[in-house]
Amino acid sequence: MKTIKLLSLMAIALFTFSACSDDDDAAPQIINEEEVITTVNITLTDENGNVKNLSLADSDGDGPTPPVANADNLDANTVYSGTIEFLNELKTPVEDITVEVAEEDDEHQVFYVPSSNLNTTINYNDQDATGNPVGLDFTLTTGEASNGSLTVLLIHLPVKEANGVSNGDPTNAGGETDVEVVFSINIQ
Amino acid sequence: MKIKLIFLFSFVVALAYTQECDLSLEGYVIDLHDNTVLENAVVKIKNTNKYILTNDKGFYKFYGLCSGEYEIIVSHIQCESLTKQIILNESKTLNFSLEHHLESLNEVLIKGELYNSDDKSAISAQISHETIDRFSNATLGDAISTLPGVSSLNTGNTIVKPVIQGLHSSRVLIINNNVRMEDQQWGVDHAPNIDINSAANITVIKGSSALEYGGDAIGGVIIAEPQKAPVKDTLMGKTIITGESNGRGGNMSTNLLKAYKSGLYFKAQGSFKRMGDFEAPDYVLSNTGVEEQNIALGLGLNKISYGFDVFYSRFDTEIGILRASHIGNVSDLVNAINSQEPSFVDEFTYDINEPKQDVVHQLLKVNVFKKFKNFGQLDVQYAFQNNRRKEFDIRRGERSGIPALDLELQTHNLITKFKYKKFDNFSSKVGLELTFQDNFPDPDTGVRRLIPDYEMYKIAGFWTANYQASDDLYFNAGVRYDFTNIDAQKFYRLSRWQERNYQIDFADIIVEDFGSQLLTNPDFDYHNVSANLGMQYNFKDWEWNTNIGTASRAPNPSELFSDDLHHSIANIEIGDLRIQSEQSYKISTQLKRNFENWQFDISTYYNFIDDYILLEPNGIEQTIRGAFPVFEYRQTNARLFGVDVNIGYQVNDDISLNSNFAYVNGEDTSRNRALINMPPVNWQNSVSFQIEKWHNLNLYLSSQLVFEQTRFPDDNFTTPILNSETGDFEQKLVNISQPPEAYHLMNFRAEMPFLISFAELKVGLSVNNIFDTTYRSYLNRQRFYADEIGRNLVLQLKLNY
Repeated sequence: MKTIKLLSLMAIALFTFSACSDDDDAAPQIINEEEVITTVNITLTDENGNVKNLSLADSDGDGPTPPVANADNLDANTVYSGTIEFLNELKTPVEDITVEVAEEDDEHQVFYVPSSNLNTTINYNDQDATGNPVGLDFTLTTGEASNGSLTVLLIHLPVKEANGVSNGDPTNAGGETDVEVVFSINIQ
Repeated sequence: MKIKLIFLFSFVVALAYTQECDLSLEGYVIDLHDNTVLENAVVKIKNTNKYILTNDKGFYKFYGLCSGEYEIIVSHIQCESLTKQIILNESKTLNFSLEHHLESLNEVLIKGELYNSDDKSAISAQISHETIDRFSNATLGDAISTLPGVSSLNTGNTIVKPVIQGLHSSRVLIINNNVRMEDQQWGVDHAPNIDINSAANITVIKGSSALEYGGDAIGGVIIAEPQKAPVKDTLMGKTIITGESNGRGGNMSTNLLKAYKSGLYFKAQGSFKRMGDFEAPDYVLSNTGVEEQNIALGLGLNKISYGFDVFYSRFDTEIGILRASHIGNVSDLVNAINSQEPSFVDEFTYDINEPKQDVVHQLLKVNVFKKFKNFGQLDVQYAFQNNRRKEFDIRRGERSGIPALDLELQTHNLITKFKYKKFDNFSSKVGLELTFQDNFPDPDTGVRRLIPDYEMYKIAGFWTANYQASDDLYFNAGVRYDFTNIDAQKFYRLSRWQERNYQIDFADIIVEDFGSQLLTNPDFDYHNVSANLGMQYNFKDWEWNTNIGTASRAPNPSELFSDDLHHSIANIEIGDLRIQSEQSYKISTQLKRNFENWQFDISTYYNFIDDYILLEPNGIEQTIRGAFPVFEYRQTNARLFGVDVNIGYQVNDDISLNSNFAYVNGEDTSRNRALINMPPVNWQNSVSFQIEKWHNLNLYLSSQLVFEQTRFPDDNFTTPILNSETGDFEQKLVNISQPPEAYHLMNFRAEMPFLISFAELKVGLSVNNIFDTTYRSYLNRQRFYADEIGRNLVLQLKLNY
């Protein structure tokens, strides 16, 4: 008798538990990733208001398609004031990740590292609350005509106080790399 | 008058003596608790030199007894002795029921229940409740690593996955309270969700011979069993408090068991653990703290012919992941490997921040059994498990509080088993198992699902049999069939779908096209057959076990569906829908001997695995975050062999020596190269002193030598890495293959028992890693980022009441 009671109790338990797990039969909801950066746009404006664009787009985020880069030729011996924007174009409307970076400026830093054969220097024009650079606003000064590459890094949670980091050298920055893109630059 | 009486008495005695000295007394000695028979019990007639040991059926028989009054004393090494007065005037059958000592109750009962009786030839090893208590503040994986042939695959210090003879994760089944754990065991950084304090006994079965629990145990089965209740009125309890210097925290665990003579019992167990950051010899391992709260409740009834058991447990853990192991891309990985120091070290703290894991595992089971006299036993068990795993990453835009992964895995499992036991030398078991599993990844994470939504049905049937051919020879055999259907709903990136060439093979599973993503419905069936044949042969003080078996495992969701970036090792992991089941063929043999004050136990094995599923690097993908090595699941043929040795020597009453040695050799036979993550040679030696006159002080010194793994696949690759000083890219070797150097650790422990009025108190002091040795372990996924933990002082108070 007791056994029968127990068996029926078990059967009830079985039905109760299976019942509560049947709630997600519907097709799962699509996820358009929020944090992915698909696009980096750099706008360089010289003193005369001429604009040069460097842009890179990775249409599938972390997927297998490699990113595609485009860079305008830069003029020699010119001072450009530069801005950078990070977008997530997988979302509609397009999400501007730059806003998040600016809001958490103490946790982010953009590094611009020219290759040794590219005659250019970069200086930061912005600061976070602690007086360390962020790199959303910067000045890019070109020298004599040359070819080379410019690597742009967005590092999340860098150690900004580490040696050289506030001068734009990522060697000791630590943190994790959210963006690492390379532009082929032609200064003429 | 007095003389008359004496005369009369002697006459009666003499009469009895001369006339009735051909009586016999026979019967069985039975374990009062579970009605099993007791072998080697001593049945003695007081004031005579007549005594006899019960045979393996618990039977004894005295011949040639005279009629009269006797006092019979029955004793057994694990039981309380029993004395009984009898008057014998005819041949009699008399059974004795013995009660166990409380101390040994657990082990004895469990041995009776488990393989020692049923599946004698299984190559297995057990850890005692004392070892479990010693590891009260650690994990299941840590405790069973003390056995030869068992090691662990770690992520840091607190995520410890057991490895049996070189295999782990989905290839090792964990049976907790007679329920197969379904806790997303596929992930190498998913530790078993089990509180070691809830187990009274843990058995490791090396290989797939335990078909009753599953056919896919290509590595082995770990069986954790709770405390059994005695059939008597009693209240038992145990409390263990542990404090640790490294991590500056501790653990407290309490067990209570109330049992009644009627067979009814209640039990409750709880434990709480809190640790801060652990420390390597040279630095703090930032964000490695852990907090754990576990509770388990049970009640049941044990009658001779029927009973039931209801059990509920909740395991809740929050584990910090070493901050320095969270990296961005392959450049960060190269920097981490080359710098040999964690990139992020902070002051000690108890705080657990992102990255971290937060897991709650709940288990509810109901079990009923009915015994049929001279026929067998029927067992029906229903179990429900709910595994909720949240993994938090360092995220932008105040999203760190939102898990990056949030999976809820629910498993229902119904098992019906019938054990046929009509004959003394033959028993057989048949069983039917139904499983339904539902995985729900919460889309609110805002991160693409690592494991998709899926429903899985499993139907399994098994048959096992044990046959005792003679006093020294046992055979067992078994076969099991598993049918698995997995019905998933997975989103693929269009680019990944095409890169995998799925548009050709799987065009028909597309449900909806969202442009850049496709919703697909992979719906696959797997048929798996496993079988086993074993033998045990005993001669004198030798025992020889041999097992030959085949086991088949269907691919797990991770092997089929993975397709994402892993931040912890900066790689992209890709599953494959084409993956089929893997099948192992294993032969293993074990030789044991107990002679004089020596004992040894050697087991060797050879394991061929067809279509072994492994994760292997295959090129590099460029993304906007930089470059990432791609790791793909693929199938190959593998071969593992190895040897596990344990030798013990009792020098004298006070001193004993013990040595454990394990070697495993794994090879990818299709490509003629070593298998990854094979445990290096491990050699542990210990000496223990028991000093009786100093309050039974127990001293224990152990040495662990782990060799460098010299057999490993070369998965190194070169990739252009930015030299941030010059701004130029340079080809750099990413050395992810080289195992760390050999290391040697010394540990010490002192233990002393005290008797206080109501309880037994045991105080233990241990020093682990005495010399604060700096080392890294090949089987730690965080070996690229930081050293292992340094010296640790552990103080433990154990109260038995």
